[in-house]
Amino acid sequence: MMSRAANRRIANTIFTVSCYFAAMIAVVALASLFVSLFWNGFSGLSLSTFTKDSQQGGLLNGILGSLAMCALGMVFALIIGILAGTWLAEYSGTSKLGQYVRFMNDVLLSAPSILIGLAVYTYFYMVLKAAGYPQYTYSGIAGATALGLLAVPIVVRTTEDMLNLQPSALREAGVALGASRGLVIRQIIWRSARTGLLTGGLLAFARISGETAPLLFTALGNDAHITKLSDLGDKVSALPLLINSLYQLPDSVSLAWTAALLISLAVLVVNIIGRVLAARGAR
Amino acid sequence: MTAVVAETASDMQVQASRIVRGSWGESLFRAACLSAATFLLVLLAGVMGALLVGGWPAFHQFGFGFFVSSTWDTNNDVYGAAGPIFGTLATAAISLFIALPLAIGVAVFLVEFCPKVLAQPISTVIDLLAGIPSIVYGMWGFFVFAPLVANYIQTPLTSALNPDGFWGKFFAGVPNGNLFVASVVLAIMILPYMTSVFRELMLSVPSAVREAAYGLGCTPFEVVRSVMIPFVQRGMIGGTMLGLGRALGETMAVTFVIGNTHNFPKGLFDATSTIASTIANEFAEASGLKLASLIAMGLILFLITFAVLALARMLLNSNKS
Amino acid sequence: MLGVCSQLMEDFMFKRFACALSATIMAASAAHAGDVSGTGATFPEPIYKDWAATYKAKSGSSVNYVGIGSGGGIKAIKAKTVDFGASDKPLTAADLNASDLYMFPTVIGGVAPIVNIPGVASGQLHLTGPLLADIYMGAVKTWNDPRIVALNKGVKLPNLPITVVHRSDGSGTTFLFTTYLALVSDVWKSKVGGNDSPPWPAGVGGKGNPGVSALVKQTTGSIGYVEYFFAKQNHETVAQMQNASHHFLMPTAASFAAAASGAKWTTTPGNAVLLLNQPGVNAWPISGATFILVYKNQPDAAKGADILKFFDWAYKNGDAAAAAKDYVPLPAGVKAMVRRQWATQIKSGGKPVYVSK
Repeated sequence: MMSRAANRRIANTIFTVSCYFAAMIAVVALASLFVSLFWNGFSGLSLSTFTKDSQQGGLLNGILGSLAMCALGMVFALIIGILAGTWLAEYSGTSKLGQYVRFMNDVLLSAPSILIGLAVYTYFYMVLKAAGYPQYTYSGIAGATALGLLAVPIVVRTTEDMLNLQPSALREAGVALGASRGLVIRQIIWRSARTGLLTGGLLAFARISGETAPLLFTALGNDAHITKLSDLGDKVSALPLLINSLYQLPDSVSLAWTAALLISLAVLVVNIIGRVLAARGAR
Repeated sequence: MTAVVAETASDMQVQASRIVRGSWGESLFRAACLSAATFLLVLLAGVMGALLVGGWPAFHQFGFGFFVSSTWDTNNDVYGAAGPIFGTLATAAISLFIALPLAIGVAVFLVEFCPKVLAQPISTVIDLLAGIPSIVYGMWGFFVFAPLVANYIQTPLTSALNPDGFWGKFFAGVPNGNLFVASVVLAIMILPYMTSVFRELMLSVPSAVREAAYGLGCTPFEVVRSVMIPFVQRGMIGGTMLGLGRALGETMAVTFVIGNTHNFPKGLFDATSTIASTIANEFAEASGLKLASLIAMGLILFLITFAVLALARMLLNSNKS
Repeated sequence: MLGVCSQLMEDFMFKRFACALSATIMAASAAHAGDVSGTGATFPEPIYKDWAATYKAKSGSSVNYVGIGSGGGIKAIKAKTVDFGASDKPLTAADLNASDLYMFPTVIGGVAPIVNIPGVASGQLHLTGPLLADIYMGAVKTWNDPRIVALNKGVKLPNLPITVVHRSDGSGTTFLFTTYLALVSDVWKSKVGGNDSPPWPAGVGGKGNPGVSALVKQTTGSIGYVEYFFAKQNHETVAQMQNASHHFLMPTAASFAAAASGAKWTTTPGNAVLLLNQPGVNAWPISGATFILVYKNQPDAAKGADILKFFDWAYKNGDAAAAAKDYVPLPAGVKAMVRRQWATQIKSGGKPVYVSK
């Protein structure tokens, strides 16, 4: 007959072993991912990766396209996102509209990115066809729009969270000095939260730089790299799109791994910068 | 004294005039913020509108049958979304089934059992891995995991087992592109995110509470089960729901390894498709009723994600007693 | 109140947005003269990209081709989101007329069955059309099935389940493959039919020719079908097929050319020639030409001229590159016929955009 204490000990041992086991599985799986990414990606890395286009064995068209579309998308997302997040944190109070907007923002945040790309394609096609220029449906601007739409909810969330973290004493001090609410927000609150806002922007940038599905129906792809800003009106390549088209051919699979490595490194670096900034800001 | 008062008075006058002047800028700024917030609603309405309008012909043509039929016949223009819907729900459910216990286990390991020296670096690495794009997981699944399962598990077993026996049928199916591989890849993909959320939640439990439990003589298992998890269960539900939402909508990680057929999978190792993978594969060429069917499936996916989120909110709010 | 305001904002903003968007994109692309974009079949993608790269080096104009499958090419050109569409599935003359499209061939290639059977090398496996249809129907489940063994005495076939690999996207390669199966197998014709996106009874889908190729390479016991260049480039194990003259042969550029030798280009309306199951001892049974779709009435005369300039250049200078990738260039007579059709059928505002030299 087993004592209760023995039962409890056995339960605990099983649990502890399971936790170690879970950690081991997770570490093995994630390490395998890490290793295959770095091993395969580095072996394809060379100077020509940054100087030649995908048809010549490099990734220049993808790199420049990704950078341009993400940057353009972020401009859009930062403007809308910071303003909306400010409204939620500062002006909405406990209003019903505020609750709706927060919920809808969460919905957008979790919405499958492919549906956003689908919607962007539909609207671009509809508008451009009505205007008589359907051939511009697939363009870098469409891609940037889709990416921007994906980034907006992230920026809204982080902005609201960051602004809510600012002590109300700051606001009260500003109002006491006679500043209008808008001035308080812009000159005081935004300024003191700027590290957090920047981190939110970086997080959003990291997230959209790896997105593939929304670009399938918007940017489509291009063998040539963009040379001037106006090239964004044409079809544009992007690193995730290149991965999607290169990974299946033995001749180009190592290039696909290199592209995956570049995206992952960019995401890691941006995340690390964000963390460093957040840590510094907290001091 | 009078000079100070006079100075303050003139300062206040200047301030007052600034406030009067500033009221234009003030309402403009507020309007801008409000417009941006309302724009979010417009955005969502726009996405839903595009899906609804685009998908309507399919709902109109096929009615309820669209949800239960798995026919996908381009020749005769008859489409049914049952296969992809089932695939979406099945991959998400199985991946959650795998990832949830793993995430809890890893989080508990990092908080309770791991030597402090290792815990911080491992946690940082896991947090960073949460940001790796899904297409990288897809590549790993396609080049590393799927062949592993195919060559070391599936093919030897199906060759050795009786094809009509239970286990023979269980492992029968398609190597390299099936429900099991896709679900595991999804699970590995949502694992870092859920682990870091759970870990943060567990770290947020006040040490006084933990120490009290240990002080009463609880084993670590009992501390976690009876004290920590109930303390953070709201956050855990939220984190799980977000993970589920991500799993439902994932495209690239799944498309590479799911097999891309429209049928119901006959077993765990059979090929199938998800709504997202079907749209990714066939949108470029679809027109007419097929396009409407794809968009209709997109709407269904959107509604499923919406429902999961609403459910999470409800659960979280109801627990706030 | 808020709803009305949002509504007004929506209408107003939509119109402003539409104008702003169009203006932005127009201004953005105004600087691009001589640039042409096309999309469609992955069947000819290797040679189109090759030609585009050489053409850019020689003339400076860029031709951007993205392979998304023949179905995608047809849809894109019909929606006018690209300058030309590429498809291995020929559109019928009726369809061409209804959409005001013109279709012309560029090269000829062949669809090769590829397998992954341990111990079986390229050229060892023999298959017939009806047997291939049965495999793709799921009726033949293992490699050592008596029907396969009967054709392949001397080849050691293991007791391995067959994994059928097909295309997951709408594909001209699939159209050629399934139309051929419908020609040689009544069961296939009635149950599945020839189509670019048929209701596959069995198997797993890969995206594009590269997708099928990669899946077969990775999956032991699998069978797939790809355009021959992919099979060769990826060192796949190719199976021999039996042609209409009951002769077993491997796919080679010469066999595609033999299949094309009897094609009736001048008498087929719309140029919709099919080269499947052609008679001839050396004819590959699953050959096909691949086509380009352009509008008969080009809205932009300069753009129309640029499109035809590229393909004219390819006709003149692209044969060697095509042959190097095992595509068969068109016979000179066919090229001349196509050029005549360009001069008379492709117009912009009533005037032809191409002048034969």
